Amino acid sequence: MSAVATLLSGDAALLALAVAVAPLARKPQGGPIAYAGALAISSALLIVALVELLKPPAGEALALPLGLPWIGARFRIDALSAAFLVIVNLGGVAASLYGLGGYRGEQSPQRVLPFFPAFLAGMNLVLIADDAYAFLLSWEFMSIVSWALVMAHHREAANARAGYVYIVMASFGTLALLLAFALLAGPAGGYAFDVIRAGSPAPGVASLVFALALIGAGSKAGVVPLHVWLPLAHPAAPSHVSALMSGVMTKVAVYGFIRIVFDLAGPAAWWWSVPVLAVGAGSALIGVLYALMQHDLKRLLAYHTVENIGIIFIGLGLALAFKPFGMASAAALAMTAALLHAFNHSLFKSLLFMGSGAVLGATGERDMDHLGGLIHPMPKTALAFLVGCVAISALPPFNGFVSEWLTFQAILLSPDLPSWILKIMAPAVGALLALSAALAAACFAKAFGITFLGRPRTSSASQARETGRLILAAMALFAALCLVVGVVPGLFIDALAPAVSGAIGARMPGQSTIAWLSIAPIAESRSSYNGLLVFLFIVVSASLAASVIHRFASDALRRAPAWDCGFPDPIPATQYSAESFAQPIRRVFGAVAFETDERVDMPAPGDLRPARLDVTLRDRIWDRLYAPLIRGVEEVSLRLNRLQFLTIRQYLSVVFGALVMLLVVLAIWP
Amino acid sequence: MIVDLVFQLLQMTLVIAVAPLLTGLVRATKARLLRRRGPPLIQAYRDLVRLARKEAVVADTASWLFRFVPYLVFAATWVAAALVPTFATGLLFSWSADLIAIVALLGGARFFLALAGLDVGTSFGGLGSSREALFGALAEPAMIVIVFTLALVAGSTQLSTVAAHMVQAHVGLRVSLGMALVALIIVAVAENGRVPVDNPATHLELTMVHEAMILEYSGRHLAVIELAAMLKLVLYISLIACVFAPWGLAIADASVADRLFGAVAYLIKLAVAGVALGVFETSIAKMRIFRVPDFVGAALMLGFLGALLLFVSRTLK
Repeated sequence: MSAVATLLSGDAALLALAVAVAPLARKPQGGPIAYAGALAISSALLIVALVELLKPPAGEALALPLGLPWIGARFRIDALSAAFLVIVNLGGVAASLYGLGGYRGEQSPQRVLPFFPAFLAGMNLVLIADDAYAFLLSWEFMSIVSWALVMAHHREAANARAGYVYIVMASFGTLALLLAFALLAGPAGGYAFDVIRAGSPAPGVASLVFALALIGAGSKAGVVPLHVWLPLAHPAAPSHVSALMSGVMTKVAVYGFIRIVFDLAGPAAWWWSVPVLAVGAGSALIGVLYALMQHDLKRLLAYHTVENIGIIFIGLGLALAFKPFGMASAAALAMTAALLHAFNHSLFKSLLFMGSGAVLGATGERDMDHLGGLIHPMPKTALAFLVGCVAISALPPFNGFVSEWLTFQAILLSPDLPSWILKIMAPAVGALLALSAALAAACFAKAFGITFLGRPRTSSASQARETGRLILAAMALFAALCLVVGVVPGLFIDALAPAVSGAIGARMPGQSTIAWLSIAPIAESRSSYNGLLVFLFIVVSASLAASVIHRFASDALRRAPAWDCGFPDPIPATQYSAESFAQPIRRVFGAVAFETDERVDMPAPGDLRPARLDVTLRDRIWDRLYAPLIRGVEEVSLRLNRLQFLTIRQYLSVVFGALVMLLVVLAIWP
Repeated sequence: MIVDLVFQLLQMTLVIAVAPLLTGLVRATKARLLRRRGPPLIQAYRDLVRLARKEAVVADTASWLFRFVPYLVFAATWVAAALVPTFATGLLFSWSADLIAIVALLGGARFFLALAGLDVGTSFGGLGSSREALFGALAEPAMIVIVFTLALVAGSTQLSTVAAHMVQAHVGLRVSLGMALVALIIVAVAENGRVPVDNPATHLELTMVHEAMILEYSGRHLAVIELAAMLKLVLYISLIACVFAPWGLAIADASVADRLFGAVAYLIKLAVAGVALGVFETSIAKMRIFRVPDFVGAALMLGFLGALLLFVSRTLK
């Protein structure tokens, strides 16, 4: 059986599982069946995708007599889809493992179990779709099923609002993609991707397609300013679904963008890179600043997804900048950085969401200000979460550093670009990327430090228990992968090379042949990095220092109450909280980014009232962009409401007027 | 190969060996300028040995991370210091990580130190960590844009190659390099917690940053952290010296005599920098904490301007 047929039958199996599990969902055996089935199918799909990625690309295609009769449904797998299939199914494996370990904690399994395999199937189908109809249908299926999962706990008011905002934004994004494909297909209606590829659209049409793809795929990926639904919807879903939505579904959106812009829309104009770089850098900075201000652990992670999507789009923007000027190797480097970061982000963001789910399961709390000290009762979860934090903060020798390092190397090639705008933009984007990377480290020092370190702030935190074995296994798998990708990045860069050359037409020089498993994007004299040696050096020198000191100086240890400059305080509330940890950063960036308003209410001496500090943060994007839009829509619908109460004569004249107007338009149309 | 390995190990020992001496020199300079006699130059060694031999007192609420962090911070700083050319470029492992990776290694050390500050669950630890997070978030991007400038001038992000380029090619005076130098000095002052950003000598509760983070440490753990801090000072001075004052630096394949000469030159540079730092710290007052973002932000803008000039001027040649 060909690879596409195998993948399709896997997706069909997932859909069948979804249907089969629906009547069983409330029964105790529903959870194990759904998750064990999803685990088995995802593992099989992962193996098929890996084989497809590693062997020379065949570009197998398959047409099924489904859907619209004159179109059918075409499916195809190439290196680019194989790379993203690996991301999706790896995430599916981990999420299913987590679900298998944690399904007992779910209060309304009938709202989760049937949709979980269907969601995995939807994402898989988007990646192998080979015509606009199949693509859009799978895309919308993926959106609606994930909406159902967001609404799993719909009785909470915040979740209902999250679901509403999500479905509105998702429909808007699909509309943009629908228009993009309509433009690509042209009046002849060639919806198959190979027909679209063969015809090259006029430059104006191509630019319009690009803009619509950026809006449509960008809103699904969560780029600023289309990100507003993401921090609402991702945390609302059950934690393993949050992991899938944040870690994997945003990557499917990135795939959609690459597929349309690099593959289908014909030769790119150089200026396309300008908006992509701008939204990338903007998303990176705004995402991390908002993440820093959160005290809800899952919402912090969701905002941070916006940052990482920004980094991926910076890579894509650089690739779009280099490609039209014939700088193929630089474009390949930038594309590799983007794809590797997409893979890396799917690893550590899924890991962190699963960790937050473990914390939620153990304590019932998502608010970091009610947690603390969890490293003592949950040491293994803490270690896995710490690995995720280090990796996402782009610290060597973990994987996040490698992809950001590649992005920096790509930025350093941009002085050779002939365009002035790009020459000025590139260092600014680089500086913003560096700033957001440094802020990310602060953000995750906060996320780990406030949640897992210190003293427990509430009784639910002090009575926590270590989470189950399967959840730990899922987290350990991804933590280990974070380290492996960071230590031997060359192997993964080489594995991505076919996908890169599919999108760019060139690839990075082979990395696995370089001595000592170093990576050198251009030439070794220019820049090289060796994760393996850095990792070994750190391990060796730390153990050397520890053993020398323990051997020759002292290894005596005494436990005592904390010193705290002589003012130890038994109340855990005196510790730094999520709010206070970010206060210096809020003070520096807040006035510009959030219009912060701090009011201190300090009672006069002798007054027994407690002092109060009120801080309000405003979301400027919501205030400036969405609030006026919503008001406008309300205004217009109020006006149009009158149309519902006309007499039959008035309706007839409205119809007549519309007909005349259309005829006039047709007459004038060139 | 063996010779290269010997030189690499020599460099790693050298930086550790001179680090306390340099700190002692800065302290002695400051004492002399205040007309105190001050401790002898080797006092820093004695302090380290004394601390290391004491028993370590660890708070009840501390986790395993607390005891792990000192060695990790030390290791990350030491590895970074081993990659900065001191007396010679092109050492055995100089290609294993470039300047961006060195910055990230130091960022990793800061990350774990901030976690250690939060671990015990005291208010001072949190205070130090949160302020350090702010300083780091501003100093690190400044450092990266400085790396951009150096990389564009030398055509490489490998520090060894950059230093060799500075020695061999007649780079001459460049506006962007001047800006990078000023920015780098500001970053070095901020990263090492020197006056006017932080005061390494203070234990006044509300003014400390680095000292607040490590308040709960004692004994051997404190000794290791102190040594890492001293090492970081050496690292930044070596970094400035190898790029902006590369005189005497032995380039790859130099003879042993050249390398010896390089080592002597390096020690002289360290001494000059140490005295200059002492004079600078004595002649300036510590800033309020929320003035620091302006100070470090100036480094970011200077570094950015320098990089921008280079990006734009590339086609003018």
